[in-house]
Amino acid sequence: MSKKEKTIEHVRQENEQPVLLRMENIEKTFPGVKALDKVNLTVKAGTVHALMGENGAGKSTLMKCLFGVYSKDSGKIFLEGKEINFKNSREALENGVAMVHQELNQALKRNVMDNVWLGRFPTVAKGIPITSEKKMYQATKEIFEKLEINVDPKTVMSRMPVSQRQMVEIAKAVSYNSKIIVFDEPTSSLTEEEVEHLFKIIRMLRDQGCGIIYISHKMAEILRISDEVTIMRDGKWITTREAAGLTTDEIIKHMVGRELTNLYPPKTNEIGDVLLDVKELTALCSKLRDVSFSARRGEILGVAGLDGSGRTELLENIFGVATRKSGKLFLDGKQIRNRNSRESIKNGFALLTEERRATGIFSILNIRENATISSLKKCRFGPFLSKQKMKKSTDWCIESMRIKTPNQETKIRSLSGGNQQKVILGRWLLTEPTVLLLDEPTRGIDVGAKYEIYELIINLAAKGKTVIMVSSEMAELLGVCDRILVMSGGRLAGEVNAATTSQEEIMALAAKYA
Amino acid sequence: MSAALKRKGQLSSRIEEFKAKSGADKRRAIVDLLFNNAMYIIIVIAIIYIAIQVPAFLSTSSIINIISLTAAKLPIALGIGGAIVLTGTDISAGRCVGLTACISAALLQMTGYTNKIFPDLEVMPLWIVLLAVIAVGAAVGLVNGFFVAKFKLHPFIVTLSTQLIVYGLILMFLMIGDNNGQTLSGLDASYTEFVKGTLFRIDGVAVPKYVLYAIILTVIMWIVWNKTKFGKNMFAVGSNEEAANVSGVNVFWTIVIVFVIAGAMYGITGFIEGARIASCSANTGLNYESDAIAACVIGGVSFVGGTGKISGIVIGVFLLQIIFVGLNFLSVDQNLLYVIKGMIILVACAIDMRKYLARK
Repeated sequence: MSKKEKTIEHVRQENEQPVLLRMENIEKTFPGVKALDKVNLTVKAGTVHALMGENGAGKSTLMKCLFGVYSKDSGKIFLEGKEINFKNSREALENGVAMVHQELNQALKRNVMDNVWLGRFPTVAKGIPITSEKKMYQATKEIFEKLEINVDPKTVMSRMPVSQRQMVEIAKAVSYNSKIIVFDEPTSSLTEEEVEHLFKIIRMLRDQGCGIIYISHKMAEILRISDEVTIMRDGKWITTREAAGLTTDEIIKHMVGRELTNLYPPKTNEIGDVLLDVKELTALCSKLRDVSFSARRGEILGVAGLDGSGRTELLENIFGVATRKSGKLFLDGKQIRNRNSRESIKNGFALLTEERRATGIFSILNIRENATISSLKKCRFGPFLSKQKMKKSTDWCIESMRIKTPNQETKIRSLSGGNQQKVILGRWLLTEPTVLLLDEPTRGIDVGAKYEIYELIINLAAKGKTVIMVSSEMAELLGVCDRILVMSGGRLAGEVNAATTSQEEIMALAAKYA
Repeated sequence: MSAALKRKGQLSSRIEEFKAKSGADKRRAIVDLLFNNAMYIIIVIAIIYIAIQVPAFLSTSSIINIISLTAAKLPIALGIGGAIVLTGTDISAGRCVGLTACISAALLQMTGYTNKIFPDLEVMPLWIVLLAVIAVGAAVGLVNGFFVAKFKLHPFIVTLSTQLIVYGLILMFLMIGDNNGQTLSGLDASYTEFVKGTLFRIDGVAVPKYVLYAIILTVIMWIVWNKTKFGKNMFAVGSNEEAANVSGVNVFWTIVIVFVIAGAMYGITGFIEGARIASCSANTGLNYESDAIAACVIGGVSFVGGTGKISGIVIGVFLLQIIFVGLNFLSVDQNLLYVIKGMIILVACAIDMRKYLARK
């Protein structure tokens, strides 16, 4: 306790910038959960303040309380010394508090400037309700020039890549002339170069005296860009420290609440003979082309590459949910076709999809229904379904995956991301697959739960299954996989041994055809 | 001028793009182009076929007839279009037109007509009646919009309910006094003249005044959709409601106003329809919404939301009327017409959705 106080004192002495935003003793309770328990956050002008914590630590709840999406139960918020209590995001925006949302909230069918000025379209003249395209265009151009964003304001959003849409979103937040700008995981869809661009923008805003709240899971980024770091855990404020003296290990320790000596479990899998052969796979509707590789029994094969390099498309084409133009698949030397997901499942394939919420879980159904949906055949009782058999299958999932849930009837949406992912993984294991295709298996999952997922993956490989795993986190690929395929621009740029390669080598390959 | 140049530039760059493609991709691009414009292609072929079969189809009087019918059906489509932009629909439109038509007719029957529903009523000033029916339509729209925006009910279910309610109101309205459900006719000359009077003549064929009213409404709606905050907000809400919300758009009022404007449009349609048909009954307006929805979809107002143009709606209504008039010229059975209408809606929607399907 005394250590904590000391650090705050320390920060106060060091940094004499005026305080822009102060959130004091914020509390918020949802039915059954104390989401925020006396949380404090102080953001100074001209600084970047990182807000860290595992999923469910209460970061986004805290921000939602700031923006008035949730009303806080108690506590006070001061903006430049004045107490504020925003009722909706509009009020927050008008008072100089803006946010770049993690999930892109954009009207994709409208053009760039319509999106930037949404909610405050400029009119031809005061009092006349006619909007002025000219003013919108010029104002957008000005902001983009200032931020060095090279996008035509009249482009329709859906025609641009995700990274450019993200930049537009950032420009929009800047255009409110905000004093406080919240960046919620802004780099998840950006390339290295674009991240540099973003950091340049953030530094520019900081130098202009803005207070930046930066939410991210990426430790390296946090240590590079931020001046101060606030760490939360289980809805509680843990510590606020200067970024300069922090190490990754320390941050993780505070986030998880215990020392994580090993980020990755020991590898126990043994690599056997070739199981899957992919020959010159080319997709009909995406740019994936001429991908050939083989995967062995008991092997964890990683797939690296930038967003849009064809990683997801590769898995989808193997699994048959995307249409192949040409190419052949061989399982155990026998040609298979995998024309659709049902045929692939019969052939022993399983696909864990990238967007858990959109294509993984059935959010309003319970755990039992979610777990057994792909293996209902085994739960048959004549023409009906046997509840007993379904219960037994689900029990097996909950036990072997160590899923934390009150019971089988719990709706899956009320579980944490890690537990949801375990249910989905369990769903696939019930189909008794031999080849597991995992697309970002740890996306949006806590550090602690990630470890458990890694353990599960390694155990599966140890049982002789082939795991093909796509991930954007290079460290994770290096820590878990045996071999890594690197995709670039829809093609296979190279193949590296996970034990001997480096992040630099993978990055160089990933940029080969990009 | 510069816009035209730019468009030309875009076209040539598209041609360049096309030339750069490989054989299979070229074929796909052509198939896509054909499918995306299939509705127009089918209709043009139909027009040519009908014109060859029955040359009178393209006579002045026939064309003015088609334009007049288009003008009569246009306001209702302009109203429904907004609801479709919001990914919704409005099936109460036809009954709203029926109710407002009956009210207009009842208030504007000539003095001394034997079957007058309100025997002691003097002929009311036209503008009061017009405002009254606009208010009635807008009120129904307000109810629609409120339930859609407040309780997030699907517009289909809300307007299905209000459609029934409005139908009940029409039936009750027609039972007032000694009317006993009879059709309302014997309209005052001022009313008939205001709606159906001659605007000007082409080759001796009269163009009715309501064509002018339809043009005025189209211009107003074009400005509302393209040049006002409300219009831009409407497209944003239709495209991504959550994005609009976090950007500070008042989503609730945007939705309500879309339905209120739609209701007002039905009121105006009812006012025009009352005089145009000149004998209003409980069946007036029946199924008008299906024509309007079909017209919107043909004109590119998509059910995926957030897209659509006023010009598209005008073209959609026009093409649909050409088809109907053309089929009449070919003396197609009236009952078969319904089958064809249904098929047009189905095909138009399928072709439209095809554009938005994410192909894998």
